[in-house]
Amino acid sequence: MSRRIVRIANGQGFWGDSPDAPARLVAGGPLDYLTLDYLAEVTMSILQKQKRRDPGLGYATDFVDLVREILPTVLDRGVRIVANAGGVNPEACRKTLVEIARAQGAQGLKIATVRGDDILDRLDSLLASGIALENMDDGRPLAEIRDRVLSANVYLHSFAVAEALSRGARIVVSGRTTDPGLVLSPLIAEFGWPRDAWNLLAAGTVAGHIVECGAQCTGGNFSRWWEVDGWDRLGYPVLELAADGTFVVTKQEGSGGLVTIDSVAEQLLYELGEPSRYITPDCVVDFTSIRLEQVGPDRVAVSGVRGAPATEAYKVSISYLAGYKATGQLTISGPDALAKARVCAAALWGRLARAGLAFEHSSTEYLGLDSCHGPITPPPDVLNEVVLRVGVRDADRAKVDRFGRELAPLVTSGPPGVTGFAGGRPKATEVLGYWPALIPKRLVEPQIAVEEVR
Amino acid sequence: MKEIPLYAMAHARSGDKGEASNVGVRAYDERGYEILRAWLTAERVARHFRGIVLGRVDRHELPNLRALNFILHDSLGGGGSASLKNDAQGKTHAQALLRMTVEVPDDYAPPPVGRQGALAPAGELARPPRGSRNG
Repeated sequence: MSRRIVRIANGQGFWGDSPDAPARLVAGGPLDYLTLDYLAEVTMSILQKQKRRDPGLGYATDFVDLVREILPTVLDRGVRIVANAGGVNPEACRKTLVEIARAQGAQGLKIATVRGDDILDRLDSLLASGIALENMDDGRPLAEIRDRVLSANVYLHSFAVAEALSRGARIVVSGRTTDPGLVLSPLIAEFGWPRDAWNLLAAGTVAGHIVECGAQCTGGNFSRWWEVDGWDRLGYPVLELAADGTFVVTKQEGSGGLVTIDSVAEQLLYELGEPSRYITPDCVVDFTSIRLEQVGPDRVAVSGVRGAPATEAYKVSISYLAGYKATGQLTISGPDALAKARVCAAALWGRLARAGLAFEHSSTEYLGLDSCHGPITPPPDVLNEVVLRVGVRDADRAKVDRFGRELAPLVTSGPPGVTGFAGGRPKATEVLGYWPALIPKRLVEPQIAVEEVR
Repeated sequence: MKEIPLYAMAHARSGDKGEASNVGVRAYDERGYEILRAWLTAERVARHFRGIVLGRVDRHELPNLRALNFILHDSLGGGGSASLKNDAQGKTHAQALLRMTVEVPDDYAPPPVGRQGALAPAGELARPPRGSRNG
């Protein structure tokens, strides 16, 4: 009997990733699942704002456009889609998807949502009941910033999406789930992994971690970039997974990029904290147990993953209004580019000071000189041109906007050779504070809804 | 002992963890890992990043991957949407770490990874880009 293999590809590492990758993956096949990650930590507050303006919004609209485009191929090839595109309004997202599917004659198709992660409306009752939602980093109680909270979402476990799949859904749209959970959920559904199969849940989580940033395991962001071929058709990752938790990372034939122990190991280290305790709602993964082996061209086998029991709490991601900021830039040409840029910066801050403005935070950077690596790199002898980048952050929006009006005048009232004032005056944008907290698991119950297209 | 650039014996990746960035660095062979485990201390990394890292540096070991993971606290100007920095997410911190110079025994030669010494400024503009064959 041959080993049963489930094939999962990730076509979107973040909202705004390659518009073509998902369609290429589905067309390139064979695939059982396509996963798509849309939610960064700050995304939820933006979506809450959209939902307040229009109750029919608050989800990743790009996902809906994508489904409209690829649904015929997806159905033809029997691919299922798992996406956290629901944002803070999965129901509205499902409603739109059902309309699209109906218009394309996909009667009988089941589309599901998983929600229950959004606790924004429950915050006051939770606080009243003694759940303080203290900041995990510094222990402050949420009450300190309660009146400025914009969104609050629990990272749900992966068994809810798995159940939606088991109930026949071919597209599952969730709110806040973990990024690796997009891959773990189908594995739970396919292989029937139980809630205490810690090593298996850990293996599925590692698989999800490797592919969650799309092409970052297939040559993107790779240290030895000069070895990567085919940047214009960079392959997105495909996983081939077995019921025992072992899997192979690969990419589709003919695509660019590479899958080697080095490219996969590098991505394992991405956004990693304490390696032996990688905590998810499903389990605790030990990254020091992972074994990698090159088993063919562009094929890396992963095995040996160990997991430990899940913790008693879910992580909550809360965002709040933390002031305003603006940044802007000017390009200064040589000769004496850097000296002239420094004159521009001194003029700008001096003029703002004369106008009586002081800011909580300000920044001056010279792009082309040292904005990324600071004093680590010795300055070059000559800069042909340099970009002056300045920014401020403050609780007072009017002050931040006033800063934005001081940049353009430097083109005519500064040294010669100043240009690149494109994109208009820098405007104040909201600074979103991030407030990580914990909530007991018994207080959160994911809700699953499966709808059949009629 | 002799000195070689870290990028000749290891590769690395970085990203953000709230107000901190993390840099994972991985040696190309076992001996290189043992050298780095002894030499690439949290203190040395903190010194290399002075001016960028304002907080503590933590170090974790992953012997299975021949890797060390560094957490660079308070290195992103607040991180997330609060940062005013051009590199608000520490995406370039791995490349910054690889610019370190490492003291290694005279008889240590890391496996060749091509392009040794390629960071010489003169070569940077002269080299044609690879990977776009139709370009």
